[in-house]
Amino acid sequence: MTVQFNRRDSLKSLAALGAAGTLGGWASLAQAQKPITVGVIYVGPRDDYGYNQAQAEAAAMLKKMPGVKVVEEENVPETAAVQKSMTGMIAQDGASLVFPTSFGYFDPHMLAVAAKYPDARFAHCGGMWTEGKHPKNTASYFGYIDECQYLNGVIAAYATKSNKIGFIAAKPIPQVLRNINAFTMGARSVKPGITCSVIFTGDWSMPVKEAEATNSMADQGIDVFTMHVDGPKVIVETAAKRGKFVCGYHASQAKLAPQAYLTGAEWNWLTAYTGFIEAARSGKPHPNFVRGGLKEGFVKMSAYGPAVTDPAKKAADAIKAQMMAGKFDIFKGPLKDNKGAVVVAAGKSFKQTDIELEKMNYLVEGVLGSF
Amino acid sequence: MRSTLEDILLPVAAVLAALLLFGLFVLLGGLNPLDVWLLLFKGAFGDSYSWQNTLQRAAPLMLTALCVAIPARAGLVVIGGEGALVLGGLATAAMAQALSSSLALSSPLTGSILVCGAAAVAGALWVMLAGWLRQYRGINETISSLLLAYVAIGLFKHLVEGPLRDPSSLNKPSTHALSEGLRIGGMAGTDVHWGLAIGVLACLAAEFWLRLTPSGFAVRVVRGNTRAAQLVGLPASRLVLLACALGGAAAGVAGGVEVAAVHNSANAALIAGYGYAGILVAFMARHSPLAVIPVAILFGGFGAAGSLLQRRLGMPDASVLVLQGMAFVLILASEALRGRRWPGWRPTSAPAAAPLAQGQP
Repeated sequence: MTVQFNRRDSLKSLAALGAAGTLGGWASLAQAQKPITVGVIYVGPRDDYGYNQAQAEAAAMLKKMPGVKVVEEENVPETAAVQKSMTGMIAQDGASLVFPTSFGYFDPHMLAVAAKYPDARFAHCGGMWTEGKHPKNTASYFGYIDECQYLNGVIAAYATKSNKIGFIAAKPIPQVLRNINAFTMGARSVKPGITCSVIFTGDWSMPVKEAEATNSMADQGIDVFTMHVDGPKVIVETAAKRGKFVCGYHASQAKLAPQAYLTGAEWNWLTAYTGFIEAARSGKPHPNFVRGGLKEGFVKMSAYGPAVTDPAKKAADAIKAQMMAGKFDIFKGPLKDNKGAVVVAAGKSFKQTDIELEKMNYLVEGVLGSF
Repeated sequence: MRSTLEDILLPVAAVLAALLLFGLFVLLGGLNPLDVWLLLFKGAFGDSYSWQNTLQRAAPLMLTALCVAIPARAGLVVIGGEGALVLGGLATAAMAQALSSSLALSSPLTGSILVCGAAAVAGALWVMLAGWLRQYRGINETISSLLLAYVAIGLFKHLVEGPLRDPSSLNKPSTHALSEGLRIGGMAGTDVHWGLAIGVLACLAAEFWLRLTPSGFAVRVVRGNTRAAQLVGLPASRLVLLACALGGAAAGVAGGVEVAAVHNSANAALIAGYGYAGILVAFMARHSPLAVIPVAILFGGFGAAGSLLQRRLGMPDASVLVLQGMAFVLILASEALRGRRWPGWRPTSAPAAAPLAQGQP
């Protein structure tokens, strides 16, 4: 079963939860009032200006909803510890819905706990829930943040003077490759001569290597940066110190470098969270496979920084409007990888929802780097 | 008699003092220390769920602590258990793959022994390398074992993300999953896997070996005075290598058990710092394998209680690390009190104040 939340439904549920006091007579609302305890588990610190902060910001908003109790745990490694955190939330705190938010929590940890607690619901960030393979009380949610990275690329293209932009990435896995490709294609849609250099640091949180990569790229004349690492803080600060521009990722890092920050790709997990909570409270089946992009409100762009010019804003906003209307496909043929091989044939176009895109294993033309 | 009593009383008093100090610390943070103490106890040892939580967290620490404690009894400071652990995990995954393709598996038990054996050999060789560099090349084993751990992690990542990768592991590069028969399950219907039993047995065996066997005694002589040991004809270098191998084997098995009981495949989640936590456990246990058991359980309890503190009081994850740090410092500091004459201990001795005022008796 594939369930896509549409924007209207999410807005409706938000409105319903928000306006609970005034609209007491609504039937679905009476069900929505059933109190629920929700557990959220983070792999890193909640205030990392990145991946975990994006999740924690949504959890903080959940806390304000009537009848929702949130229990949280941060810095939980992807070991037996997370299994214990999940079972603890269920057995000790009475949670009936758990959000294990790190990719590595899915297999084997969440699956092991889900088998032991068939009545509890689990919603995992980033995984690939598969019908018939994974239990019905588990789910995976994720957002098409490559749309935001594409828009980052458009803004970056207007900001770069050297026509060299840079991407600092953790690991060459499909989710990351998709972002690198989208960023590069966004930039090259404006100026086809732009190249995007990529450096893989090897792991999700490597502050020293991230700073070294930023400095070495700055030395090579790269003047706009973006990234896909858990905590972009170091890259944003280093790039700003070197007088370069930066597009953020995961959460807004504008506060760290107000002048250098152009815009950023942000998660909006509240949409996904409320969908799962809504279903759990009203006793509806657990939505097992949940995805969405800008249109569905799963991701959003940071506000433009002071350095973004009007033509840049206009160009990005035009593409964003197309994305919001569901009329924009990023990955369409003819598309070559950076070794010259055709990866998407002419005439072929992938919708964002296509599972094929979640198996990406190439870097597109214009990316300097390999894995 | 007195020294045994001291062995128990000093660390217990130190942990109590750490708890008191931690209470003061949370009081400054605006929380009620009584609530915190209650939750600490409840989370770590309050009921059967908490006990299982604590013991499961303690299991890998016992084995990685032995990787520090056993070489320490031969006079070495080895802090690279993490390297032996990740290679042990890798060897387990590789052995499991070899076994599943050969289908020569007669029983699950043989299979489990084979995969854990592979882990032990990998870990043993890795730490022996640090010991060999020390004995034959004069390289400081503390530095070399630490740096070798980074080499091991690099090797691990290269193999897991390269030749040994399961192509279907897209966003989390892993080796092929272990077949059902090779996995290690829970003990007698609990969540605690057999790694705990292996850890306790390994600690007991190490204590027995060091205390009651000639070769164990010889290792301790080497620590006491290597030159003297050589003069009486003990093969000092071989004994050092033996101690390294046994320690490394323990850490390797820790990695193997993590793969076979928790992760089902070798992947980067294995690099969770158990090897480094083991250093703390071993030093707190004063390198006594027997003492490693309760200290590892205490550390497991810290982890379990920290989890509950975060969920109930919203305390940051670091708060339980503060408690752990206080306990560590106080236990080490309490060593300074060892052998002191306490007021009223021996009524016939000189007035107690005098030796105390002079410092060391």
